[in-house]
Formats: sequence, structure tokens, C-alpha cells
Amino acid sequence: MNKQEVLEKVKTIVAEQLGVAPERVTPEANFANDLGADSLDTVELVMAMEEAFKVEIPDDEAEKIVMVQQAVDYISQVAN
Amino acid sequence: MVSLELKRVVVTGLGAITPLGNNVSQYWQNLLQGCSGVGPITLFDASQHNCQIAAEVKGFDPSDYLERKEAKRMDRFAQFAVCASLQAIADAGLEINEFNAERIGAIIGTGIGGLKVLEDQQEVYLTRGSDRVSPFFIPMMIGNMAAGLTAIHTGARGPNSCTVTACAAGANAVGEAFRLIRHGYAEAMICGGTEATITPLCVAGFAAARALSTRNHEPTRASRPFASDRDGFVMGEGAGILVLEELEHAQRRQAHVYAEIVGYGMTCDAYHMTTPIPGGKGATRAMELALKDAGLFPNQVSYINAHGTSTLANDVAETLAVKQALGIHAEKVAISATKSMTGHLLGGSGGIEAIATAMAVATDRIPPTINLEDPDPACDLDYVPQLCRRQQVDVALSNSFGFGGHNVTLAFKKLKG
Repeated sequence: MNKQEVLEKVKTIVAEQLGVAPERVTPEANFANDLGADSLDTVELVMAMEEAFKVEIPDDEAEKIVMVQQAVDYISQVAN
Repeated sequence: MVSLELKRVVVTGLGAITPLGNNVSQYWQNLLQGCSGVGPITLFDASQHNCQIAAEVKGFDPSDYLERKEAKRMDRFAQFAVCASLQAIADAGLEINEFNAERIGAIIGTGIGGLKVLEDQQEVYLTRGSDRVSPFFIPMMIGNMAAGLTAIHTGARGPNSCTVTACAAGANAVGEAFRLIRHGYAEAMICGGTEATITPLCVAGFAAARALSTRNHEPTRASRPFASDRDGFVMGEGAGILVLEELEHAQRRQAHVYAEIVGYGMTCDAYHMTTPIPGGKGATRAMELALKDAGLFPNQVSYINAHGTSTLANDVAETLAVKQALGIHAEKVAISATKSMTGHLLGGSGGIEAIATAMAVATDRIPPTINLEDPDPACDLDYVPQLCRRQQVDVALSNSFGFGGHNVTLAFKKLKG
């Protein structure tokens, strides 16, 4: 799966989980500041991405993922 | 803030999500018309259950009131409560702002809480492991969250709490809210009860306790309080929320007043976990205390909205209790069990029945007890069978009793002077 495909899938998941329009889920979007995620949303989001991509994101890595692009980068790296 | 002088308290707003309609107007019209909200269970596959019927809320869409994301992080019991609270606030025309927010609170009772999310997450835990359990599981499940979320969505920063007294929870919430205003701790309270437990585990549990009707072939006739052939209650779901307000506060803003709330009685049987004490002594004292609290005599009571569950034990004990509390006047009082139409909303029932009682006072209409073609000989009072009645209602009581032996009576009165 290339990065573009990962991005598209992440966008769908984020839009669904956070209840925001998909076009707002840009690579630069910050989950908390731009998309309104709180601490519980963030945990749920990480779990949803783990399920969708069949990867494990350890807590210390998850804490560093605050923007959409960071999620895409991390998933692309571990999934491949 | 505490007042030594007792304040008068009135009902100025109503909100309801019920098996008979998702607003107060529909709920009340359907009650008066004697409609049943009971049908086959659709919320899950009940084909393996002894009881396959319930009074479900139909066509409820929380996104009519809430952002999709906000609704998604609430269990159904909290969605019902928050949406009914928003209705009640709007009905009261009560603006909650930075000047009054700390003097307005919420107490919303529930018998059980977020059972659906608990059952779903237990399944996740067992099939997929501990690290797949949702971070929203606990905040969605805990019973106090209906009151907490109502505060978040209305901005009410005053007293906030939750009563968990089984089927008396909604009535306890209204009673406690009444006292807070009466003693000067708040100017207005959002209060009532909510429940959403038509789930596989809950239906199985109540069925195991032999509490539920199994009249699966005749759903609309299954909830039959005071009838000789009753065989248990029918589970319902929904929320009933009232805005209570200090009288002068309501008058200053020229609010519409449905009724005055004048009394609250609360007792415990101290007898058995699920069975009411034979002879209904605990319920008798609850009614007596509510009347005493209100400074009313038994012969002033026009109407009683009974707990009337359609279980063998309750309906006989409650009939005895009314006779003991009202004496000879018991023969003259109109009594109805609206659970014959709504089913039993457990912790939600005290809320929707307080609404029905306040509406009876406000409109001089008494909803019927349906399915009462052949009363139990031990239930020999006037239960307003089958058809609603137009009758002056100056004073009305609402009874709610719960597992644990909790007995609660609320007293409402027409606002005069």
C-alpha cells in the first residue's frame, strides 16, 4: 500500500471517527486543534487505525502522532 | 444561598422521549387516546427469549438535537435524557446564561445506566482482547452521565447528581430537585429519569426473576395493570424530564406553569430485594409523607398516577396502600396506570409519569388504564379503565416503587395564588 492509499484510508477513518467532513482531513490537520479530537477520541482513533491497517501502534509512538501526516508516515513505515 | 423560608416550586418545562412519541405533545395525546406502545422487540433478536415484547422508542434520531459525534459518544439512555432535557429547557423558555448558570442544576435518575455499551464492550473484551476495549466504555456506561452530559449540553453548572433507586429513580430525582429549590440551593432544576435497557442480557435477567409478561402473541394487551390475568410487566425505554423552578423566578419571567409541585415522600420497605412488603405499608407511608409535606388532606387528592406495573405483587400491594393512605376517600379517587400503555421504563418511569401527572393537573384530563376489562377482585378501586376522563384535577400524586424496597410519592397541585 503506497502512501497515497494510506492517506485516503486514514482520511476515511478520521472523518468517520471524529464526525468531520473528509475534506477537512488534510495531511497538515492536527487531530486536537483542527479536528476537535479530545483525549478519548485520540485513543479510539489509534485503535481504529490499528484495526484497519492490521498494525500495532505502541502508546509511546501514538503520543507522537498529532497530525494526519504523522499517522500516515508511521503506518506506511510499519505496514510495509 | 440556603433559605430558611420554604420556597414554592413549579413545573415550567417538559420534555419526553417515550414509546408513545418523541415529544410531550405526542406522548400526552397517545396516553389520552389509550394507545399502546408495546410491540415485538426489534432492537435485538429476541427469538430465543421467553419474553419477546417491549415498548421501544420508535424513530428516535439523536442527530435531530445533537452533532453526530456527540451522539456517538453517548449510550442510548444518555441520548434520551439529553434530548428530553433540551426539549424541556426549550419548552420552559429558560435561558441558561453566565448570570444564572450556577443556580440551575440537573438531577437525572436511571435504574441501570449504559447497559448496551457494557454488553457490547464485554463482547469486544471476550472476542478481541483487553486492549480493544473502547476508551468511551466507562464514560458511556456510568449512570450519572445522563446528568453530567445534560449539564454539558445546557450549561447548567449548579447542583448535579443522579439517583439510582431502580424503578423509583426518576421520581427520586424529581423529589430531590424539588427540595433543592424549596430550600434555596437552586433557582431551577432539570430533573427526571431515563432508561434504555431493552438488551439481550437485561430482558433475560428480568425474565429470570419472573418479572416480565410473556404474552408474546398479544403485545398491546400484555401490560395490564390491575387485571385479573396480568402476568408481569413489559419493559419500556425512554426519558421524561421536567424543568422545576422557584415560583417567583418563574413569575418574574412570566413562564407558563403546568402545576405546582408540593410534596415528596420517600420510604423503604426494608423487607425483600424484589418483592414489595405484603400489605403495602412502605408505599402507604410514602403517600402519607408526600401529603404531609404538601400540607394536604387525603380527601383533596383527585388523581393518582399509580406505579401500576402489571406484576401480581405490585398491583395488589399498591391498591392496599392507597386504601390505607387515603382511607374512605380511596373509593373516590381516580387512579390510572399509564404503564399499561408505555410499558415500564424502570428508572425512566418516574420522569414520564411525573409529566403525565403534571399534565393531568394542567389540563383536567386523566389518562386511562388500558387492558382492564376484568379487574383482579383484590384490585377494587377506580382505575379509569379503558377510556380517558375529563375531570377537575386539583391535586394529584405520582407513585414510583423500586427493587430494593424504595417507595416514592410526588404531589402536584394546581397553581393558585
